[in-house]
Amino acid sequence: MTDTATADRTDHEPAEIVLDAVTKHYPGQRDPAVDRISLTIPAGEIVVFVGPSGCGKTTTMRMINRLIEPTSGTIAIAGRDVTAVNPDRLRRQIGYSIQQAGLFPHMTVARNIATVPGLLGWDRARVRARVDEMLNLVGLDPETFRSRYPRQLSGGQQQRVGVARALAADPPVLLMDEPFGAVDPITRGLLQDELLRLQTELHKTIVFVTHDFNEAVKLGDRIAVLGNSSRVLQYDTPAAILAGPADETVAGFVGADAALKQLTLVRVADVELGSCATAAQDDPVDTLRAALATQEWKWGLILDSDRRPLRWVSEHQLAQAHSLRDAGVPVTGTVTADSTLQAALETLLAESTANAVVTGPRGEYAGLVAIDSLVAHLSRTRTEHRSATVDSGDRP
Amino acid sequence: MDHRRQLLTDSYLHVSAVVQSVLIATAVAVCLGIVVYRSPWGSAAATAAASIILTVPSFALLGLLIPVLGLGVRPTVTALVLYALLPILRNTILGLASVDPAVSDAARGVGMNRVRILARIEMPLAWPSILAGVRISTQMSMGILAMAAYAKGPGLGNLIFTGLARLGSPTAVPQALSGTVLIIVLALLLDAVLVGVGRLTTSRGIRD
Repeated sequence: MTDTATADRTDHEPAEIVLDAVTKHYPGQRDPAVDRISLTIPAGEIVVFVGPSGCGKTTTMRMINRLIEPTSGTIAIAGRDVTAVNPDRLRRQIGYSIQQAGLFPHMTVARNIATVPGLLGWDRARVRARVDEMLNLVGLDPETFRSRYPRQLSGGQQQRVGVARALAADPPVLLMDEPFGAVDPITRGLLQDELLRLQTELHKTIVFVTHDFNEAVKLGDRIAVLGNSSRVLQYDTPAAILAGPADETVAGFVGADAALKQLTLVRVADVELGSCATAAQDDPVDTLRAALATQEWKWGLILDSDRRPLRWVSEHQLAQAHSLRDAGVPVTGTVTADSTLQAALETLLAESTANAVVTGPRGEYAGLVAIDSLVAHLSRTRTEHRSATVDSGDRP
Repeated sequence: MDHRRQLLTDSYLHVSAVVQSVLIATAVAVCLGIVVYRSPWGSAAATAAASIILTVPSFALLGLLIPVLGLGVRPTVTALVLYALLPILRNTILGLASVDPAVSDAARGVGMNRVRILARIEMPLAWPSILAGVRISTQMSMGILAMAAYAKGPGLGNLIFTGLARLGSPTAVPQALSGTVLIIVLALLLDAVLVGVGRLTTSRGIRD
């Protein structure tokens, strides 16, 4: 951060949140809304509370910034008990972002974002600079958006402003209650990507509440699957939960397509790439013909002068070709090392060769991903997590 | 000439009495609304009380106030304030209660205390509704004030009363009519002023 790096620097360091036997019992209700939840949220990580509606996940989150007071148990942020601090002051140090953004409709975007800095008594110049910085951070042009009112923004833009407002005072902790629940799926995907990008820069401790397991898998460093009364059914990394759901309820929540979801967690860089015979399009046909003859798989790849993939060509097609310039079928799509295996799967399903071409930073051919390598990777991670679950189960 | 001066004075006194009464009523009703709006029972009770006052005939209320407050300005303003309460009170409660819970929750979540939320979030958002109540009360008061001549109160009611008392003489009807028309014209002007005040004091973010 720029000008916020002052004497109070330590207040902005990522903070660990520890919930210890936290219970919320509303008078007149038989079952507690939250029943003795104990959970450690590591500093600088995104932890997603996921569970069916009414399971108490929002109540649990709202106890962290004391919008709801726990009946019993303790919550500590960076080792300090939250009940030891004045609740209003506590909340100014915890970013808070909710569904439909909860923007103040009578205030401009700039004044909305300036809310917490204003409450903290920052001077005008510093607030103004911070507002522009935050707008840039969430991808909104300050000149265009500063003096707009919330109703002049799209749903996605409102959510961005909501996140900017939550982050304005550079709080170490961010609470997000289904912040992307009310926007269309495409915008939601973009906002999720953006949150992940922000997190790589900011390293906040983020508690994120959702009922969408896919969102949890995409965003969470860890996922806490919550059941009734906020009981922790499983608390682990997305990969571990997908590979080995703790019980039937979690398995039901994960859904039948756990394997497909797992593919979203792994990058192409993490699997071994295959290869095939390649040739530049000016090479003689015979060279590629000879190369194909030596490999078992009967497809080759034609590259341009910068080694970028152009066309697939089969041994059969090559038999009638006179030049590599017009032989074969075009490559329909490529993936990079950063693509998810899910993207690779989609690409390879569209190819007649059932292989996805992986390209390097300048678009040059780097290798292939075949369906076999995806399957091999999945079965390997599954056995790893299975044995890990069994190991931890043996511990007292 | 003297006649015209009398008209001007009566018009001024009429508007002045209404404006002052509505200002007092606004202060009282808004404070009362803030106290009760979070409790459904309190809101219902306050609204019911104000409704009952409004059903008392103005002639009777003025008459009943004379033995207590005497003649002139005091019973007049008191009656006007009492009548003006209901529309403003009801619209204050309505306006405050219709603030989106997500917005006040967000305000609490970013660390505003109750007083700040009321002053910076809820009141500005309820303001258009409150102002609509003020406009209704103002229009109503302009008409009711005409009755105040009965209690020797100020305003254009005197013109109407004396006109009607001399019914049969050639100037009687024109006199009563000019009082009535003046009240209507002044009421419309005052309403236009309030619309202007509304435009100036309502955030662009929530203006229609």
